[in-house]
Amino acid sequence: MNHILSVLVENKPGVLARVSGLFSRRGFNIDSLAVGPTEDPEISRMTIVVDADDLKLEQITKQLYKLVNVLKISDLDPKDSVQRELVLIKVNVPSNARAEVVETANIFRANIIDVSKSTLTIEITGTADKIQALEDLLRPYGIKELVRTGKIALARGKLAEVTNGK
Amino acid sequence: MRITGAEALIKSLEMEGVDVIFGYPGGVVLPIYDALFDNATIRHILVRHEQCAGHAADGYARATGKVGVCLVTSGPGATNLVTALANAWMDSIPMVAITGQVATHVLGTDAFQEADITGITIPVTKHNYLVKDVNQLPVIVRQAFQLAGSGRPGPVLIDIPVDISKAEIDFKYPKNFTIPGYKPTYKGHAKQIKEAAKLIVQAEKPVIYAGGGIVKAGAWDELKELAELAQIPVTTTLMGKGVFPDDHPLSLRMLGMHGTRYANYAIMDSDLILAVGVRFDDRVTGKVSTFAPHAKIIHIDIDPAEIGKNVPVDIPIVGDSKVVLTDLIAAIKKLSTLHADKMGWYELIATWKKKYPLHYHQDGVIRPEYVVDKISELSKGRETIVTTGVGQNQMWAAQFYSANKPRSFISSGGLGTMGFGLPAAIGAQIGRPDALVFDIDGDGSIQMVSQDLATVAANKLPIIIAILNNGYLGMVRQWQELFYNRRYSQVDLNVGTPNFVKLADAYGIKGIQVTQVEDVEAVLGQSIESREPVLIDFAVAREENVFPMVAPGASIDEMLGGIPGASLSQMIDEEEEENESYPIGSCRE
Repeated sequence: MNHILSVLVENKPGVLARVSGLFSRRGFNIDSLAVGPTEDPEISRMTIVVDADDLKLEQITKQLYKLVNVLKISDLDPKDSVQRELVLIKVNVPSNARAEVVETANIFRANIIDVSKSTLTIEITGTADKIQALEDLLRPYGIKELVRTGKIALARGKLAEVTNGK
Repeated sequence: MRITGAEALIKSLEMEGVDVIFGYPGGVVLPIYDALFDNATIRHILVRHEQCAGHAADGYARATGKVGVCLVTSGPGATNLVTALANAWMDSIPMVAITGQVATHVLGTDAFQEADITGITIPVTKHNYLVKDVNQLPVIVRQAFQLAGSGRPGPVLIDIPVDISKAEIDFKYPKNFTIPGYKPTYKGHAKQIKEAAKLIVQAEKPVIYAGGGIVKAGAWDELKELAELAQIPVTTTLMGKGVFPDDHPLSLRMLGMHGTRYANYAIMDSDLILAVGVRFDDRVTGKVSTFAPHAKIIHIDIDPAEIGKNVPVDIPIVGDSKVVLTDLIAAIKKLSTLHADKMGWYELIATWKKKYPLHYHQDGVIRPEYVVDKISELSKGRETIVTTGVGQNQMWAAQFYSANKPRSFISSGGLGTMGFGLPAAIGAQIGRPDALVFDIDGDGSIQMVSQDLATVAANKLPIIIAILNNGYLGMVRQWQELFYNRRYSQVDLNVGTPNFVKLADAYGIKGIQVTQVEDVEAVLGQSIESREPVLIDFAVAREENVFPMVAPGASIDEMLGGIPGASLSQMIDEEEEENESYPIGSCRE
């Protein structure tokens, strides 16, 4: 089962290596990992999507807490959190198809952020399903390049993050 | 006061109460060695290989309970230390390792003797630091000692670039500091402790399974009190050896792959296991799915990640062994319920102990077990520390040396590092100069570190190095005999092994070869009295096996060997013959 772990860490050099190394050496799989500073520049938030059963998730959490730079871990409930991913897609578009592709992008509230003679680059944010749907629609034109941020997420509204505090 | 980073480092170490550093100099640690040159407080022990600096600091820590400190240069010096760090990491030994690093302005350029040692050692340290600002150095040292010695202890590495060592700072050792992401739990959950107390009182077939966590927490008195209060038999792990006297009537000695039959049977038959400061290592559990099928498990450990990692647990208690055991004793005393009748359990265990004592043959050749047995006997009543190599020598030492005090048996458990015995003995002897220190070693293990006989000689350390020399990589040979059709691939060391007496002599150490069983006792006796370094080369029975033994992947009650008067193992006919024709010496229980 997929879990979204929101991990607050000290914003120090090498922390990403410590976290990712822990996953690989203990045989835990990362589906995606996104990291960046929070409102406090001394603290970064990692959003890690892992595929793990309860026992494995418990081990992952406990082992992560053993890293001195890890401050707090929350297992975000998909229902009580908002999740987004940002994807840039560069599509082959001959000039006669350009209008069609732009229209498709508009339906998805995606933005065109770069245009050349033969390509369009589209920026889309949203849930995995929405992004997948756009990707599927664009594939027939020929996707030249694609890049995604990995999922980022926050607990909804006033909901305190569910955590087994350190 | 303006001083250099190197001087600040040494001052910080002084503030931490460091009295000895094990180390080896080199290019980028020159400023640090210069600062050490006129230091009167800290003694520096010059080893002959950086791995030994690490193991010696490790042995020092295990013998004294203090944080061991080692210091080496960058690049190869630092990478040579990696095994020692991994060893300390696996056995949770408090250590601070200081490595030199190339100057900050050339970091990352593949400079001469540059190695990314913080990157390399992430998986084998509790934490590590690369110092990039000299002003941070004192607080980093402070944090490193705090991390190494508290919670579940472990090695911490500080990597110091040479320009940081030369830079100047206003030195002030920080009084207050925080490590925001580090809050070990010491006190156990009260409700869980109450539940545990109830289970303990109700159990008819309880066993205490005690490990290295008790050494770290200093909880041996509490362990003994609890065992005697509730009259529960105690088995110890290799790391826990000594936390409960091997000679105690309630002792089942060691469990696991080469544990006693009675310890393993007791675990498999028990209805309650009180596991304290242990991690259900595969060498203890054997086949996990069949481990202790009837038992409820109470697991006390300071590291929450160890609880439920290998074996499902009924009552998890996260906390320091000493604190939790103290509360548990109080909780048991408070219960008004009568303790369940355990007479049947004691009788069953007594039968097993009688039927399956640890034993060996006495047949005119030097049996390695006999040597260990004699060391145990002759050192009785003295403050003794035994260190070991890894392999058969280690297991015989664990089986036949009766450790009755904590910190008296020092062995590489988790990593199983051949060559640990000698440097660990060096560290232990320096940490506890009055103790009688034995390194019970193998001919293979000692050859991995024999250069450090120089350290023994230079410091006149009265260590007795007892080599159980069978001319084989004995444990590998044993596995080849049992599981690989006696195809002895690359295990015969006879050709090429040095004459150990001459080797000792070359270092100015007294060397004695013992080939006759009658001489064992006298030579050991003289060596103990001499209070000088002695290397004794015991020519022991070449193909002796360590029994009993749980085959890899088997359940721990399916053991080979270890039955006096019966076939040692259904798999070994020759041993069977031996068994019929020779009297059997039985080890005290």
